[in-house]
Amino acid sequence: MKFLCVACDEAMQFVEAAEAPRGDTLTAVFGCPRCAARVALLANPWETQLVRSMGVSIGGRTAVHEPLEVVRARLAESRLLWTDEAEQRLARVPEFVRPMVRESVEHHARERGCREITCEVMDEVKSSMRM
Amino acid sequence: MKTYHEVAGDGGSDIPGQVARREARMRVRMASVAHSLAVMSGKGGVGKSAVTANLAAALAMLGHRVGVLDADINGPCMAKMLGVRGKALKLAPDGVQPAAGPLGIKVVSMDLLLPRTAAPVEWDAPAPPHPHTWRGALEATALEEFLADTAWGELDFLLVDLPPGPERWAGLHGLLPQCDAVIAVTIPSQVAQLTMQRSVISAQRLKAKLLGVVENMCNYLCPQCGASQPLFPAEGEAQAAALGMPVLARIPFDPRLAACCDRGAPFVAAHRATAAGTAFMALAARVSGYCDSREEER
Repeated sequence: MKFLCVACDEAMQFVEAAEAPRGDTLTAVFGCPRCAARVALLANPWETQLVRSMGVSIGGRTAVHEPLEVVRARLAESRLLWTDEAEQRLARVPEFVRPMVRESVEHHARERGCREITCEVMDEVKSSMRM
Repeated sequence: MKTYHEVAGDGGSDIPGQVARREARMRVRMASVAHSLAVMSGKGGVGKSAVTANLAAALAMLGHRVGVLDADINGPCMAKMLGVRGKALKLAPDGVQPAAGPLGIKVVSMDLLLPRTAAPVEWDAPAPPHPHTWRGALEATALEEFLADTAWGELDFLLVDLPPGPERWAGLHGLLPQCDAVIAVTIPSQVAQLTMQRSVISAQRLKAKLLGVVENMCNYLCPQCGASQPLFPAEGEAQAAALGMPVLARIPFDPRLAACCDRGAPFVAAHRATAAGTAFMALAARVSGYCDSREEER
């Protein structure tokens, strides 16, 4: 999708984008480099979802791609991925309590919005349990 | 007033650039995969995934390094069939580590990301009505991420188990042009073969290299006397010949195959000497031979 300033016959450039507080729509602002006029693209929920589904970012992308980034972000319920180091550390926990530890670590991670379990997340859980 | 093609760029989003970088990531990842091979069917229920699992095992038994990608995002079953259901995908510095299945087979499936129950794939979408407007795009992105973000390592074969449907290979080929070789699985029933023909013609139009047809459940061997009885009336060989494709293997029906799938243990490894086991080994040998000859052509 491209935006053209009709008055100047000039391609408009991306200025900023923001998701609505409800998270279901997207606003992207474009400006004319010649006359500075601005327009806002207001994407409806289906258009917003389509853009997300394609795994692209309106306005460009600077963040480094994370493994299975779109799948993990978009699944309503998914297992958290553990790093090798975190798995190895979990393996040192006695087997009979391992499932319980795994569950509490994952619960803690989900509450904090973590997308993967690292040794740092495990340290956080350990500290919170001491408190 | 300028039209779309007269305006260079897209105002700064660089969507083509974002897509190109994803494609580049895929190319880098696939550089260590010698042969990627899609296994497709027309209709569901012909045993395609069971063939994929056992072909993977048979190739591994021939000494090949094998990976399996379950491309059925909504009905994944390869994790179950290859005994890795319940295992977790792990994160490593170079990507997601596939689950280690029997005979060293590397497995990636949506099943490994879903909760350990039989929960269906549900997407967190702010626009739940009319999911047809975006669901296909999300599934394609998921498949692309599974391919490109998995640390497959060096593989001789990556088998992609497609969901049933004549359009599925075209979707995969759009994401992974390197995957240009296809095996079609069918059963010798006219209904199944009609849909399989549509799949084959669709793939042929996209210049797929169709290795041939695997005719599954072609007959039934009496456990008492060993006599072979056909399960279906249709002539699979004639159908395959009409499409200009060889029959790669004819796999007899064996109830132990379903039992092995349920147990997550490849049938061919446990029952190599049976008629079905021998057919799977011969299929693997043909696939391996074909890929070797293709390698020489290159």
